[in-house]
Amino acid sequence: MSTAMSAAKSVRQNVRVVFGDRSSHIGLALCALIVVALAAAPLWGGRDDLQLLSEMFAYVALASLWNLLAGYAGLVSVGQQAYVGLGAYLLFAFAILAGISPLWAIPLAGIVAGVVAIPVAGLVFRLRGHYFAIGTWIVAEVFRLTASQISVLGGGSGTSLPASMVIAIAPTRQLRDFVEYWIALALVIAILTAIVLLLRSRYGLALKAIRDSEIAARCSGIDVTRTKLLVYIVTACGTAMVGALIFLQKLRISPDAAFSVNDWTAFVIFITVIGGIGRIEGPIVGTIVFFLLRQTLADLGTLYLMMLGLVAILIMLAAPKGIWGLVVARFGFSVFPLERKVVFEELSPARE
Amino acid sequence: MDWINVILQGILVGGLYAMFAAGLSLIFGVMRLVNIAHGDLIVLAAYVALVTTQTLGIGPLTALIVVVPVMALIGYALQWFVLNRTLGDDLLPPLLVTFGLSVIIQNGLLTLFTADSVKLQAGDIEVATIRLTDGIYVGVLPLLQFAVAVAVIAGLQFIFYRTALGRAFRATADNPEVAQLMGLDNRRVFALAMALSLAVVAIAGVFLAVRANFDPSQGPARLIFGFEAVIIGGLGSLWGTLAGGLILGLAQAIGAHLNPGWQILAGHIAFLVVLAVRPQGLFPKVRT
Repeated sequence: MSTAMSAAKSVRQNVRVVFGDRSSHIGLALCALIVVALAAAPLWGGRDDLQLLSEMFAYVALASLWNLLAGYAGLVSVGQQAYVGLGAYLLFAFAILAGISPLWAIPLAGIVAGVVAIPVAGLVFRLRGHYFAIGTWIVAEVFRLTASQISVLGGGSGTSLPASMVIAIAPTRQLRDFVEYWIALALVIAILTAIVLLLRSRYGLALKAIRDSEIAARCSGIDVTRTKLLVYIVTACGTAMVGALIFLQKLRISPDAAFSVNDWTAFVIFITVIGGIGRIEGPIVGTIVFFLLRQTLADLGTLYLMMLGLVAILIMLAAPKGIWGLVVARFGFSVFPLERKVVFEELSPARE
Repeated sequence: MDWINVILQGILVGGLYAMFAAGLSLIFGVMRLVNIAHGDLIVLAAYVALVTTQTLGIGPLTALIVVVPVMALIGYALQWFVLNRTLGDDLLPPLLVTFGLSVIIQNGLLTLFTADSVKLQAGDIEVATIRLTDGIYVGVLPLLQFAVAVAVIAGLQFIFYRTALGRAFRATADNPEVAQLMGLDNRRVFALAMALSLAVVAIAGVFLAVRANFDPSQGPARLIFGFEAVIIGGLGSLWGTLAGGLILGLAQAIGAHLNPGWQILAGHIAFLVVLAVRPQGLFPKVRT
């Protein structure tokens, strides 16, 4: 026993807590390369490519935000179209009523949506679990019906962005495409970075604790409601900015398009579930799969949507962690590691 | 006089909403499942009724003899083969699976029946009215619909508290493990609950189809109306569900009377006000 103790004493160890390992460093480096290639897309891609990529960025961002809300904070919302539409309508309202440049209107829309989210949360947080889901949907419906009553913004039939505002973004159409593309790229990177940082912070730790056991988390001194509220507000803010950008690119808005439950919630949920809920990589993988399916099968129309629903159900029943969940289970590989690892380092050689 | 008519119409339509809500409330009570596809199943029942009336050449109310068992069977199979696999501590699987189901039903109906709206013809009963006093008439059909709603709620109440099946429902709801120890097969109890829920859905679907035009996209709105009635009335109470339906119907009728664009919005606002002032609903079941 004494020899064991002396051996333990003789090795002085330093303990460090790290997130990544070699595979994730390689993955991250690869990501950086991809980002550089994407940023240079105006050099190698045509107008259609830029539009497709922008749309994919928007879906990665929306799905990542929904993933944060449902996969990490356990707030399963089917009403995030409320904030997509709110952001979009705020952009049009700022541009048409106040003459604010659309580029400034995007962050502004995010802030306003974050403020609006506070009283909304006050109401929907009274509902739990499944009831919360449908409650958020009703809020989105209230937003949609309210928007269709605002006649300065076109009422039920919607309105277009004034030409002077479109020109204010950039003088030529090509330059405008580039600017909007770069904003989309910047926004998705900013949102992904913010989510990773949030999940690596003490709030992320609190969220995981709540996900595992809400009672245990409460006993450990975590303010569960405040943590969930924070996530809800952050998500609303991000979702509204993405919504503003989507409709800046469309140049036209209507209540049915802006608050569409299919486009901004059903697809987003399917993307997240197929890619892997509760993982940062999931929504990215899901978006790629979703767009591959869409590019090949979209001609099938309603049949394509039925297949999408079926795939989501099968994945939920057979592999509830999604495609990326299977990858992690098989290879233990993660590009954006959130788990803390303890590393023991030997400081000085053993002395006899 | 105008207002009395508005209030009367609101109350009568509320019966339909109570039927939407009763099926939803029933399965939540038994297995803590909120069926997002509930509204789409109501619309599905309406289309089943449409096909039945067209192929058999019978009236919509007679068609109930076919539609109710068909929907109950669909409910049993749905629970047995799909939804039983999703039940557990995690609330995400049942939610997402029923959400996927909703998309499948909606687009399936769209493929089969196109987006054109259709209506069931019930014949003379549709225009028949009863004169109460001067200027106040009540349609026979809305009155029948309301009476059926009350009968459905009373029937469910009877099944729940007076029959062996109801005892099995309540036992499984209170404690699934102990219920299983007493010899109940939970999966079968859940399947029966879903069958009963869809039998109510069938009745609601037929009345929906007789009352107005319908098309495949209407499901989500019916789900929302049913859900609002459940929350307004108070969780777990069947008679509360009826009250919730009436209040929702009233709110919508009053909203529509003030401004046609406010009908649905007024219903949502009534729901939000109840949620803000009395989140447990108006008549919550007291659990001991």
